[in-house]
This record gives sequence, C-alpha cells and structure tokens, in this order.
Amino acid sequence: MMEKLAFYLQHPFVQYALIVGVLIALCSSLLGVTLVLKRFSFIGDGLSHVAFGAMSVAAVLGLTDNTVLVLPVTIICAILLLCRGQNTQMKGDAAIAMLSVTALAFGYLCSNIFSTSANLSGDVCTTLFGSISILTLRKEEVWMCMVLSVVVVLFFILFYHKIFDVTFDENFARAVGTKVDAFHFVLSIIIAVIIVLAMKLVGSLLVSALIIFPALSSMRLFQSFKGVTICSAVISVICAFSGILISILAGTPVGATVVGVDVLVFGVCWCLGRLHGGE
Amino acid sequence: MTILTANQLAVGYDGKIVCDHINFQVEEGDYVCIIGENGAGKSTLLKTLLGLNQPMEGSIVFAENLQKKEIGYLPQQTIVQRDFPASVEEIVLSGFQGKMGLRPFYNHKERKKAKENMETMQIADLAKKCYRELSGGQQQRVLLARALCATERLLLLDEPVTGLDPRTMVELYQLIQKLNDAGITIIMISHDISMSMQYAKHVLYLGHHSFFGTKEEYEKSEIGKKFSQLQEMEEKE
Ligand SMILES: Nc1ncnc2c1ncn2[C@@H]1O[C@H](COP(=O)(O)OP(=O)(O)OP(=O)(O)O)[C@@H](O)[C@H]1O
Ligand SMILES: [Mg+2]
Repeated sequence: MMEKLAFYLQHPFVQYALIVGVLIALCSSLLGVTLVLKRFSFIGDGLSHVAFGAMSVAAVLGLTDNTVLVLPVTIICAILLLCRGQNTQMKGDAAIAMLSVTALAFGYLCSNIFSTSANLSGDVCTTLFGSISILTLRKEEVWMCMVLSVVVVLFFILFYHKIFDVTFDENFARAVGTKVDAFHFVLSIIIAVIIVLAMKLVGSLLVSALIIFPALSSMRLFQSFKGVTICSAVISVICAFSGILISILAGTPVGATVVGVDVLVFGVCWCLGRLHGGE
Repeated sequence: MTILTANQLAVGYDGKIVCDHINFQVEEGDYVCIIGENGAGKSTLLKTLLGLNQPMEGSIVFAENLQKKEIGYLPQQTIVQRDFPASVEEIVLSGFQGKMGLRPFYNHKERKKAKENMETMQIADLAKKCYRELSGGQQQRVLLARALCATERLLLLDEPVTGLDPRTMVELYQLIQKLNDAGITIIMISHDISMSMQYAKHVLYLGHHSFFGTKEEYEKSEIGKKFSQLQEMEEKE
C-alpha cells in the first residue's frame, strides 16, 4: 500500500490536489469558526447557489469567462448578508435561505427559458460536486490558491483579536470605536472569493462541509476562542489530507470522502466532549 | 470642561420616539445618574450617546478631543450565544480593542491591566473558564472588567449592579467612586435610588417630563419627591 501511495505521490496532479485541498480546507476552517458562531453556517451553500444563478445568466448572455459576472455578484451577495449587522430583524439563516432559494430558482428559470445547454441536470450536479475535478488542476490554479491562502491566513493572524471582538459582541465593538462595518466588508469579500474559487475546484458540497465540520468538532473540545480556532484549523487540514489520500487509494470521489472523514472526526470529538463533560 | 451636551434630544427605534425633550450637559469628572421607570428609554439614550442608535431629533455634541477609544461601556444585556467558546480572559482583554488600532496583539501593559481589573472584580481565578458556564453575577463581573479595560475618560454603565451580591455591589460602588475621583466621568443607569443618590453629582430623570440637575436640586423638585415616594412605597410592600 505504501508503495502505491508513493507511486501516486510522484504525479504532479496528485500533489496539486493535495496542496489545493489542504489550503482550501485551512482557509475555510478559519472562516468557519466565525461563520458558525454568527449563525452563517449555510453561507457556503447559499453563496454557491447565488454563484450558480450568476453562471446561468452568464451562459445565457454568452460570456466566455463567467468569473467576471459570478465573482462580483457573489461578493455583492456576501456583503448584503454579512453587513446587515447584529440588530436587524431578519436572522442570518433566514436571509441566507431566502437569497439562496431566489438565486437557484432564478438561475434555473433563466437557463430553462433561454436554454442554451442541453444538459441542465448535469450543470446543477457540477456546481454541487465541483466542475473541474480536483485531480485535473492546472499549475496557475494551484498558484492562485496558494496566494489566496497566504492572504487569508495573514488576515487571520493580524486581525485575530478584532475577529473575536466583532463576533463576540458587535455592539460593544462599535461602542468603543472598532470599525465593524469596514471589517465585515473585508470579511465578506474574502468569503465570497474563497467560496467561488473553492466551488470551482471542489464543489459546493465540500465547501459547506469544510466550513461547518471543523468548527463544530473543535467546539466540542475547547472552551476558548483561541483553542477552537487553532484546533479547527488542525482538524480541517488533517481531514482534508487523509481524505484525499484515502480517495486516491480507494478510488472514491474526493469531495465525498473528505466530508466522510470530517463527519467521522466530528463523531469522535462529540464523544470525547461528552466523556469530558460527564466527569 | 464640558464633555457632552444633549440638546432637545429625542431617542427611539425605527422612527418611533421613546423619549424626547432631553436636555443635559455632562462636565469632565462628573458623576451622572440616569433614573426612570422601566421602558422610559434609559438604555436607548445610552445607546444613542454611544452612536449605536441614531438620534431621532436634536443633537449630541461631544467635546472635540473625546475619542471613542477613551469610552468604556457596560451594556444592560449582552446576547451571547449559548455555545460561544470564549474564556473570561479573552473577553476582558477585548476591552482594549478600541485602543489597539491596527496593532495585531495586546501588549504587556494591557495584559497586566486586564489582570488587575479581573482581580478587582474577583474573577482572577476564573480567567481560563468558559464565559457561558458562569453564573449570571459572574458574567456581569466579566463584562464590568471589560468595561474597566476600555475606559479612560468616560464610563457608561447600564444597571451595573444587577445580579451582584451585596458585598460586590458595595465594592463596585466604591470602585466607581475611586475611578471618578481619578477624573473619569461616569454616566450610570440605576434603579437603586438611595445608593446612587449617595454617590452621584447630577441626576437625569427620564419620563414624560424629563429632569436634569444636581442631586440637591433633584431631591427638592416635584418629580424627585414623587418618584422617591413611589420607590419608598414599593420598598415597603
Ligand atoms: N431593539 C428595539 N427595537 C424596538 N424597540 C425597542 C428596542 N429596545 C427597546 N425598545 C423599546 O424602547 C422603549 C425603551 O426601552 P429601554 O430599553 O430604553 O428602556 P429602559 O429605560 O432601559 O428600561 P429598563 O429599566 O427596563 O432597562 C421600550 O418601550 C421598548 O419597548
Ligand atoms: Mg434598560
């Protein structure tokens, strides 16, 4: 088995898949802690539906590179969702549900009426599970992913305390002069960019899982924000790495395997948390 | 020096006015108590002063050199999700966030000050504990310690003694007095009239006819007499 693994690891496409998978896992787990705590667990799903809607429109308009439409639209929706602040009437989950259903319906309607592509269910499927398989990444995509990850990790280290303050008590942060709106603005852009990128590479199913599971797992084990953040990054990276290796060895779909490992780890963490809490 | 002036101020939510014709003036080093019945708009006024709510009418003028990072704030309610992982230490330290600007980490001095404030509020031994697992009174002390970290010139407190045991309550009043002696301006909402009368320099009563004046003026005024009679009656019951 080790030989087989060593054989596969020589191939650049396997190396690329590992690098990109792990980096996306790292970024989304870092964002995940804040998103889960702000009741935005489903933002990955919601925004990828928005992106799907935008893609359909782009297809109807006949744009060759649909990123020029998809990315701005997704960013705008992310800003609309996150910058509404703590004191609004509608809760985050309801807003996301509304937006995502609307975008999905609109996108489907568009592509149905102006039907350009014959294979509609296929298109829907690729947005869910990743259009370009993670095993066929190009070098430029890997580089882009690396640059983006460095930006996200740096943002996280430099603004770690601000992220805590704004997530924990938005009103207090505002009262003592933290620029909450500017912060949310930057955060939304980062989230939108990561989701659009990750959706193309690994599919929206995996994005949502990567955002939710590590954060929830580590919240079973740790009581402090710092502990949870570090732990979820570690869990996420380990899960993505081992998930991709397993999928290569066993020939299973990458995204689904990584999600499976994440679920397993969540189960273990839940049990550990229970045992610890029961003492 | 005048630190803030409210002129014909009206406060409220979503276009609905809760309380209007509010006029008062706070001097540097003042100790103002805001009193009034439930729902009179005390917390709303405080939020408006902090810029969390927009004034409906009228104006608030701050001293030009007063910066947001010099203000400490204790909210009446903090809606914290039940599953939020946050240690006491992390929350108390977050009081310094306004002063950090773009500096990413807390410095040595701030950590020391946070520790002192935790000791004052007697929560030093809870530092590593999770906030959500504390009792109501302990949580109140954590938020107070955070407010103490944030304050440099002005401290706004919304019912700070709620949920505190009598001993901590007295200690808190003495602590606030000490801060006031050190030159920090205090604006405090309180339902504990007798205690606040003991310490306050000025009183702001919110109601149909709002009143602002020194403690002595308040005690002589119609509103003051009526309101304290009501309070006494309630206490007897
Ligand atoms: N978020 C909100 N949205 C709309 N109306 C609100 C909101 N919060 C409070 N109110 C209304 O504003 C009025 C004043 O509320 P406020 O919290 O300022 O009262 P208070 O004087 O602080 O009372 P208490 O002594 O109970 O703390 C109340 O009638 C309340 O119904
Ligand atoms: Mg109140």
